[in-house]
Amino acid sequence: MIAEKYAKEIEGILARFPTKKSAVLPLMHLAQHEYGYMSQEAMREVASILGLDPTHVLSLAGFYSLYYEEPVGRYVLEICNDLACALRGADEFVEMATQKLGIPVDGTTADGLFTLKTVMCLGACDRAPMLQCNLKFEEHLDEAKFEALLARLRAEAEAGEQKTAVVPQMIAHAAKS
Amino acid sequence: MTHILLRHRDIPGIHKLDVYRAHGGYQALQKALSEHTPDEVIQIVRDSSLRGRGGAGFPTGVKWSFIPKAPGDKYVIINTDESETGTFKDRELCEYNPHQVIEGALIAAYAIGAKTVYNYFRGEYMDAAHAFEEALQEAYAAGLIGQNILGSGFSVDFYCHYGAGAYICGEETALIKSLEGELGQPWSKPPFPAIEGLYGKPTVVNNTETLANVPPIIINGADWYKSMGTPQSPGPKIVCMSGHVEKPGNYEVEMGVTYRQLIEMAGGMRGGKKFKALLPSGGSGPVITEKALDAPLTYEGLTPFGSVMGSASVIVMDETVDMVWAAQKMTHFFKHESCGKCTPCREGTFWMEKVLHRIYEGHGSQKDVDTLQSVAQQIKGKTLCALGEFAVSPVLSTLAHFPQEYRAKLAK
Repeated sequence: MIAEKYAKEIEGILARFPTKKSAVLPLMHLAQHEYGYMSQEAMREVASILGLDPTHVLSLAGFYSLYYEEPVGRYVLEICNDLACALRGADEFVEMATQKLGIPVDGTTADGLFTLKTVMCLGACDRAPMLQCNLKFEEHLDEAKFEALLARLRAEAEAGEQKTAVVPQMIAHAAKS
Repeated sequence: MTHILLRHRDIPGIHKLDVYRAHGGYQALQKALSEHTPDEVIQIVRDSSLRGRGGAGFPTGVKWSFIPKAPGDKYVIINTDESETGTFKDRELCEYNPHQVIEGALIAAYAIGAKTVYNYFRGEYMDAAHAFEEALQEAYAAGLIGQNILGSGFSVDFYCHYGAGAYICGEETALIKSLEGELGQPWSKPPFPAIEGLYGKPTVVNNTETLANVPPIIINGADWYKSMGTPQSPGPKIVCMSGHVEKPGNYEVEMGVTYRQLIEMAGGMRGGKKFKALLPSGGSGPVITEKALDAPLTYEGLTPFGSVMGSASVIVMDETVDMVWAAQKMTHFFKHESCGKCTPCREGTFWMEKVLHRIYEGHGSQKDVDTLQSVAQQIKGKTLCALGEFAVSPVLSTLAHFPQEYRAKLAK
């Protein structure tokens, strides 16, 4: 239950706004970090903390593309193949990534490690091809760098390291302020 | 030139408070608080003719002056929901020169009497947001944010907020809805945010780069600011160069440089290929061709060529680019990002993408091209926000400039 586990952080987030409802996106970020995706349980928890109807949280999960409505792999690799990136080889990069991972776009590898997605502009068009891995940007990529990234993530997972996601930084700040 | 906005390129470490302050940082805030009334600050910004850098170009001082003077809750929101294809300037500012954005927002808060500032980041900008949060903590600790700032009696709180992947939230009323915890969908104006904004209170929403212009204006004055650029479009501008140039990236220039100069600045065309077209404002501005390259980068410069400077996100395309493919890419973006509130945009972008795809795959007929024109015309001007307008610009402008590329793809 995020209400207990992140009580201090949630308090910090709520203190930022005059209404509880405004805290819904930050709490959804938090819930997704905890559960990996916006499960029914996660959505109900967020709704109950904020006194919202769970269907409202569900509608937000559908509206905003960063919330996953289905389970995803430990690492979500989201490649931008919008126009500016595509002019610098992003479509070919996506093709290469599907082959290296052996999954189609929106697929997850059998070992549950990687989910591959294509996304709209991430604001790093000058460093294409690029992707975000659990919201961390990996830029100026090519086949060799992609392979190195996969190797690093596989090693990290094998060593049982805490999943690196950038969202906790935001939560940590909420707790401090 | 010495950078006015991208100062981190001249001064390493300026993201740290002590370095920023050693180079004049927060002196503009000090000056505003100790030497000027809020109305005087608004007047200085009005006199500078600073215009919104998010793309719309509305005069910033005028926007601030719309806020009612009566006491009560008011808000400043920094719009860092930078999601336009080809745009990456606000990310660099927040990541590497965050204090200048913070200082600008604090001055804005003082000018309109706001007690709270929110910086609305797109959820994907976590790296930049982290740097920005560190800067905020430093500023709080130094008494630059919080209660009784610099002994002036002026108090303000300052928070970051994170969106979750929705282009539409860059539209100011959609952003406000999103910050309130609703679906990010625009409302029909009026009411304007200056009168009824966040939580129904008077609110100023300013682009990140716009606010970064404010501290140097307060320090150096409106006349200094107007000495740069053109009378209608003064000051510096960050231009995001992407696509088929040798050195893509952000370039800070004085307004008035030409698009040809910008391409040269970015190292010229990649691999020496021939220029074909460029999108001057990411996906949202109509495509321009060779004959518009000598137009100046100003809010008005591309009017004769049927386009706009917008956010100055220049996506350059060389002779190898299939313009139907490019139109299809952009239309896919707008279909994906349509918030679904207005029927013409929601349904229209869906059908435009389908028809474009059919043409691109070589199965289209002249009737499909006519349908495309017709659907685009039925979206244009018939939606609550500008996204509808943006969504048709790749289609209509490529049809206008490159009709032969469409014809060549029609089924024989």
